[in-house]
Amino acid sequence: MKKLLYKMPESLSGKEFTYCPGCHHGIVHRLIAEVIDELGIREKTLVVAPIGCSVFAYQFFNMDGTIAAHGRAPAVATGMKRARPDLYVFTYQGDGDLAAIGTAEIMHAANRGEKVTTIFINNAIYGMTGGQMAPTTLLGMKTTTTPYGRDAQKDGYPMHMCEFLKEAKGVAYLARTKVTTPQDVEKTKKAIKKAFLAQVKGIGFGLVEVLSTCPTNWGMDPISAMKWLEENMIPEYPLGVFIDKVGDEK
Amino acid sequence: MPKVKGYIEIDQERCKGCGLCIKACPTKVIDFSESFNSKGYHPAEAKYLDRCIACGFCYRMCPDVCITVYREE
Repeated sequence: MKKLLYKMPESLSGKEFTYCPGCHHGIVHRLIAEVIDELGIREKTLVVAPIGCSVFAYQFFNMDGTIAAHGRAPAVATGMKRARPDLYVFTYQGDGDLAAIGTAEIMHAANRGEKVTTIFINNAIYGMTGGQMAPTTLLGMKTTTTPYGRDAQKDGYPMHMCEFLKEAKGVAYLARTKVTTPQDVEKTKKAIKKAFLAQVKGIGFGLVEVLSTCPTNWGMDPISAMKWLEENMIPEYPLGVFIDKVGDEK
Repeated sequence: MPKVKGYIEIDQERCKGCGLCIKACPTKVIDFSESFNSKGYHPAEAKYLDRCIACGFCYRMCPDVCITVYREE
């Protein structure tokens, strides 16, 4: 007699992910789907996909959704939520989408306290377009547009979205996590659940930044990419919960 | 404490051979297959299932949701 413990969540469509081997997008997709299953809101949830590697996110989730123009997912989500306050809306954005072209949208959506949830994947590089420098690229990190490494004098400093957003009054939940070990995956799942609960309880805006690898554009195998993340990205982007107005998970 | 016996199924056609499950498995159940799948990857294979303790670490780390975990009762 076999008892089923873990299987593909109902909120995923089952379509094969288009991500590279070892990309953390898939783990985070699964976590979002598990949280939506646990909260029992799949029939009432809308997904807003960004531009970037995760542009097809609306196909992978078993729910209705759309793609927003580059960076404008929080604005589209605002419209959806205000038109249908009975539904739950979340956006799924990368760092090229949220921290570069979409900085204005995310700042204002957070500051207005829109009751939407944003999952922000930070892999410090532009993935889909072939590894160009993103605002979140680390100092000294080599990309196709910074072949000698990012230089602060010329290219500026890495952008810390969580640290900016924690000043916004409308934010109900804000955390930065990673998914390099099974324990971290569980912590990220709890953070994503709280970000959704901020919306379900009607408290305000919820955002979870997940540090992720990009083995293809970093030029590493998936295992060394995770090691690189631990050694280089964690000192620059410290993990933690910045704002938690949600309280208990119940 | 009785030893928990687990059983995993890997969808090898879906697997992209990234090896995250192999690294995560605490009892070294999984290894790369010698054969290829239709995408040209060496997929993960549950080679030593007798060691499986149904912890679900492989499922948690798999970025392509290829793994289903059962517990034998």
